[in-house]
Amino acid sequence: MKISPFWIITVLILIGGYLFAEWAENQFLFFAGYVVLQSLIMAVAWNILGGFTGYVNFGSAGFFAVGAYTAIALHQFLEAPLIVLIIIAGVVCGLIGLGTGYLTLRLRGVYFAIATLAMAIVFESLITNWEYVGGSTGAYVITPTEVAFFDSYIEMLFVLMLFLALVSVAVSRYLSISRIGQGLAAIRDDETAAECMGVPTLRLKLISTTVMGAMMGVCGAPFPFFVTYINPLSAFDLLIAVNSIAMPMIGGTAVWFGPVIGALLLGTIQQIITVTVSSELNILIVGVVLVLFVALAPRGIVGLVQDVMKKRRGK
Amino acid sequence: MTGRVLEVTDLTKRFGGFVALDTVNLHVNENERFGLIGPNGSGKTTMINCVSGALFNNEGTVVFEGEDITRMPAFKRAQLGIARSFQIPKPFKSMSVLENLRVPLEYAAWGRTGHRHIDEQAMEILELIGFADRAHDNSAGLTQVDMRKLELARALAAKPKLLVSDEAMAGLSSAEVDEILDILFKLNERGVAVIMIEHIMRAVMRFCERIVVLDAGKKIAEGLPDEIVRNPDVERAYLGE
Ligand SMILES: Nc1ncnc2c1ncn2[C@@H]1O[C@H](COP(=O)(O)OP(=O)(O)OP(=O)(O)O)[C@@H](O)[C@H]1O
Ligand SMILES: [Mg+2]
Repeated sequence: MKISPFWIITVLILIGGYLFAEWAENQFLFFAGYVVLQSLIMAVAWNILGGFTGYVNFGSAGFFAVGAYTAIALHQFLEAPLIVLIIIAGVVCGLIGLGTGYLTLRLRGVYFAIATLAMAIVFESLITNWEYVGGSTGAYVITPTEVAFFDSYIEMLFVLMLFLALVSVAVSRYLSISRIGQGLAAIRDDETAAECMGVPTLRLKLISTTVMGAMMGVCGAPFPFFVTYINPLSAFDLLIAVNSIAMPMIGGTAVWFGPVIGALLLGTIQQIITVTVSSELNILIVGVVLVLFVALAPRGIVGLVQDVMKKRRGK
Repeated sequence: MTGRVLEVTDLTKRFGGFVALDTVNLHVNENERFGLIGPNGSGKTTMINCVSGALFNNEGTVVFEGEDITRMPAFKRAQLGIARSFQIPKPFKSMSVLENLRVPLEYAAWGRTGHRHIDEQAMEILELIGFADRAHDNSAGLTQVDMRKLELARALAAKPKLLVSDEAMAGLSSAEVDEILDILFKLNERGVAVIMIEHIMRAVMRFCERIVVLDAGKKIAEGLPDEIVRNPDVERAYLGE
């Protein structure tokens, strides 16, 4: 059996991440790394529905918050280990993704984008009024000070997030290069033509919303344990939501590695700005960069590179 | 019913209060070369939309190879073997010409033909259409005429039993029309039934064995090409009173 380079690289990155965590002393690196990886997973998740399938939307980040709050609720209720919380949050958000898909996928374009935004707002007001998980005042999570195999809890969270990010990228890559990906691309380009060429559009779109929801939920579940205090404002943070759209758009939405490139680039820049200037500046910078890309390079960095390579070959 | 690939009975399609098709009956025999003609806006494309499942009819039934498909979604009809080209080309714009053909090969034809050699199968079809040199071109950059050829190639890639060509020849030169006709003849020899919608009368007369004429959503004539050209109702529909 032939093992593709992708899997070898994936495993090497994971091992490298663990060794790095053992070796590095500066705890800030783990915090920064966690934030970048979190946006990477969200960018990859958004791109499955917004990029591959062409259903651009503003509500996806709502699933991240639902994932975070599912974890909080379960944590209060049964004190389950984090990995169990992540799995359940993934299942819950996947099912909600499936349900909202059924309700909203008949809409297209702007109407779909608005409907998903409305959905996220509904989630936010439900959670704000749910006292069990802290309501509008929020909830504290006490994390253990010691964990097996790791020097600190944040170190564990960082490696966990790296693992989740690699799984997300693998899922997204599979969806993109498989027969499913060809079908999703057909839906994005022309839904009627896709359907008439035998593509089961509804089924594929539901797969798309379900995987997007599950991935967002999985990404949100460890968030309360990372910040240790969560309230609706921080879970439904505007920067988090904007990032999940901006990163794929900047990287390139048509291919699986587009959002990865966008997230690594923009995520790192944001961390540097947070340290050197202020975190308030980030939302402004994302906005400006996003507008520039949408206007000047709608196919993102990947598209720019492809154009340059095509020109070189043409000469 | 044997001998008939397609049987449309009492089909009515309304858009709001407007009746686009009014209790139309028509059938296509196995391996037949069938023509559907009529003036602009007479309902030809709407009929094809109802047959392919892109639209659902309000009344009447559509039967394909003996199976009632009236409520069947379009993708299943495509998988059964109904393929169409679009009058207004709808290429998958982010894809190359070859990739456009991969979609029907990987979906519509997937259950009926081999899963292997998808690219080779796509190339074969492109060669048949005389489009092989454009295989790796981006489909968004094609001219209108080339987009029509792509429409036809993509429909062929669905490996149809019933092929509907909705004005695939509009805008083509006389030589190109003959090329496309040759392709459709070849396909028909292999057992594919063809519905041709066309305003180019020369092509319709050369190709079709039987013709149905629509006017303002109603069937006004049906018969052999010779009969149709001599039919006074048809003449009136086309030329006006
Ligand atoms: N989706 C739609 N909504 C409303 N009206 C429609 C729709 N599709 C078609 N029509 C109307 O139905 C009538 C028949 O249209 P259709 O496209 O079937 O005609 P056609 O015979 O294909 O004409 P042409 O030769 O110009 O292609 C027209 O009056 C058209 O305006
Ligand atoms: Mg028409």
